[in-house]
Amino acid sequence: MMLELKMPALSPTMEEGTLAKWLVKEGDSVRAGDVLAEIETDKATMEFETVDDGVVKSILIAAGTEGVKVGTPIALIEMEGEAAEAVPAPAKVEVAPVVAAPAPAPVVVKVVAKVEGNRIKVSPLARRLAAAKGVDLATLKGSGPNGRIVKADILGAPKAVAASVPAAVVTDGATPHEVVKLSGMRKTIARRLTESKQQVPHIYLTVDIRLDALLKLRGELNEALAPRGVKLSVNDLLIKALAVALARVPACNVSFNGDTLLQYRRSDISVAVSIPNGLITPILTGADSKSVADLSTEMAALATRAKEGKLQPHEYQGGTASLSNMGMMGIKQFDAVINPPQGMIMAIGAGEQRPYVIDGALGIATVMSATGSFDHRAIDGSDGAQLMKVFKELIERPLGLLV
Amino acid sequence: MSDQFDLVVLGSGPGGYVAAIRAAQLGLKTAIVERESLGGICLNWGCIPTKALLRSSEIYHYMQQAEKYGLTVEKPGFDLAKVVARSRGVAKQLNQGVTGLMKKNKITLYFGDGKLTAKDSIAVTKDGQVTNVTAKNIIIATGARARDLPFAKADGERIWTYRHAMTPPEMPTKLLVIGSGAIGIEFASFYNDMGASVTVVEMLDRIMPVEDADVSEFMLKALTKQGMDIRPSTGVQAIKTSAKGVTAEIKGADGKITEEEFSHVIVAVGIVPNTENIGLEALNITTDRGHLVTDAFCRTNVPGVYAIGDVTGAPWLAHKASHEGVIAAEHIAQGLGKDVHPHAMDKANIPGCTYCHPQVASVGMTEAKAKEAGHKVKVGKFPFIGNGKAIALGEAEGFVKTVFDEATGELLGAHMVGAEVTELIQGYVVGRTLETTEVELMQTVFAHPTISEAMHESVLAAYGRAIHI
Repeated sequence: MMLELKMPALSPTMEEGTLAKWLVKEGDSVRAGDVLAEIETDKATMEFETVDDGVVKSILIAAGTEGVKVGTPIALIEMEGEAAEAVPAPAKVEVAPVVAAPAPAPVVVKVVAKVEGNRIKVSPLARRLAAAKGVDLATLKGSGPNGRIVKADILGAPKAVAASVPAAVVTDGATPHEVVKLSGMRKTIARRLTESKQQVPHIYLTVDIRLDALLKLRGELNEALAPRGVKLSVNDLLIKALAVALARVPACNVSFNGDTLLQYRRSDISVAVSIPNGLITPILTGADSKSVADLSTEMAALATRAKEGKLQPHEYQGGTASLSNMGMMGIKQFDAVINPPQGMIMAIGAGEQRPYVIDGALGIATVMSATGSFDHRAIDGSDGAQLMKVFKELIERPLGLLV
Repeated sequence: MSDQFDLVVLGSGPGGYVAAIRAAQLGLKTAIVERESLGGICLNWGCIPTKALLRSSEIYHYMQQAEKYGLTVEKPGFDLAKVVARSRGVAKQLNQGVTGLMKKNKITLYFGDGKLTAKDSIAVTKDGQVTNVTAKNIIIATGARARDLPFAKADGERIWTYRHAMTPPEMPTKLLVIGSGAIGIEFASFYNDMGASVTVVEMLDRIMPVEDADVSEFMLKALTKQGMDIRPSTGVQAIKTSAKGVTAEIKGADGKITEEEFSHVIVAVGIVPNTENIGLEALNITTDRGHLVTDAFCRTNVPGVYAIGDVTGAPWLAHKASHEGVIAAEHIAQGLGKDVHPHAMDKANIPGCTYCHPQVASVGMTEAKAKEAGHKVKVGKFPFIGNGKAIALGEAEGFVKTVFDEATGELLGAHMVGAEVTELIQGYVVGRTLETTEVELMQTVFAHPTISEAMHESVLAAYGRAIHI
């Protein structure tokens, strides 16, 4: 039986992708579980496996092809030991005796990510609201039972037109330049950050935080953890501090969602990691309740996989708040852009020795500036301030991070 | 001696015992602390025993109407003690049912006064003996009690709360009911049907003030027709008791103060949450006008401490408490690693029912509230007189009112008066949960002959398409 391999939808909203690489060639025998190809979406490269044994008869889409629509046939596979039925195939492929086969092509592949069907689950009211507002249902993730799109999802959704890409900048053509094609990731970054700055009213709150106690504790912990091969970074402790602070000030662990507010019961911290040609935010789920040693180990693994482009969607999609640290690059202080639908992001500046008033006398302390950006639709200034206070206290009296 | 649990629930009312069962279903080691009777007020002194009483008064009412149906009843009568005994029997049966459910779900019971000593610990005192129970999570489900009027402290003899009114020592001859919410109106209905002369006073300008204005107006007429003396915009300023009865100083709608004699008074002016002596102060749990403040997953401001039901505020309804109990239990289980996905509580979609005669039921926004919220509305109203089944039952008194958002067809609210509407309202509640619009409601086939056809007709009426009016 000849089977058409189609471009899979690797996420519910994926419409097209890049066929980055074929790992098999025509004539190869493949067994269930073999990886056939790597497919690049806007954020990640995913592996594409077979679930059946067979022979790759024909590759229809060449490696490196961009913008392959979901559902497009990309290869033909002849299943082992069966030649009684066939599906219509392009002429250039030789197929087994043609016997009428009205049955639809069975699914022969599974993808690492979960494939959703084409049916959009949506309430009647949400469908009508979407039509009235011009919201594309296919772009939404439903918050109702089993992902059903409900009224609240529509009210919180951007209009289809608002999501369109801004017009290309026209240059005068005089300045020597090259045109560099945007990667899927760069397009996503551009779209999301534009949405954030256009739609989310940001409020910025900055505090100075003494780091001496945290640095001392880190030194002691690292001595103790050395036999376990764990080396905590300052960033690991800051992630923990943010997670605990969000748990203590739940008013800041929220998402604005139209006429509702999502109140999270867990602190899932997205940590900005620079990778070649972009940025990705792997998530430390439940960081408020994990030990700093576990967080450190998990963060190191996520960062490595992020740099290899191997993160799975669930590892970078979601999160309840973000942390971005530019201290290692010598940045004293900065205001980060919120990553919607999250309600806040913490921007960390460099820890540096500064003149500092300690017990009424001028001394020298290691101090850093941290700036929280908050979605002002969902979070009041006083709640944001409370979060910054708790964050500061946790760092200045860091034993609170361990219990 | 200390026992360690995943969850301890303080209070075993319809919130607490449901939370405990749901937690046990999810594999949590669960205990419940109760100071009095399993099932709380609802089951022992509220919802259920009053429905038993109202069933007696309903049948008595029908007996008096027998001739209308072509029947002969020699001499309708009742024995108040037996009516009350039946009501107590029903409460006892359900109480035993809850006991059985606790056993079946392997929930540990602690009888005694529970007090939080820390966010993970409750001290249970029984006959001077203290048992410490510790738990990873605690749900506070201590409920509420009747609000007292400072000048009319309930004594159980002449001045009653709902609790005394449920086990009356004698039949009142001339009854004053202060407050026209669900509790006040239900007792007024019961005693009126049983033959007492009943006066209801309400401070606000209409009775059943949480209901739609059309409902208040309809009920004022219906209850007046039954012989009740209903007085909106009226307050009681003082009450003097004597061996023979009470004298009430009443300030009428016209501002005039009169003194009137009654045999008994029922005080039904709202409730106060049970928050005393359960250790809240030491934990600094946030409250708002006495009620515990919680989020959509029933969390208080103290991690691991949840609160559900009447102690957390309006609406003070058993089914709201039960639903919150399920959400809280699932949220706790999720935190302990169970694969369960609690949904956030939607307080806009909690039905309310009053079991007077005729019954009242509603869900969602009143017409006035919808307009206040900025909706341009379409309103449908269908009277029971246009419904064949209602006429056949001899219960043609009532109507169904629906309020739609004109722009989206969202069913914003539904308000019903009439026979069995407390059973019918759920149709609209399900519709609202599923976010149906007028189209799906119109496209639904309603069985004939049923009173529920009036629900269909009301939707059609909102769009000018009703068939039978």
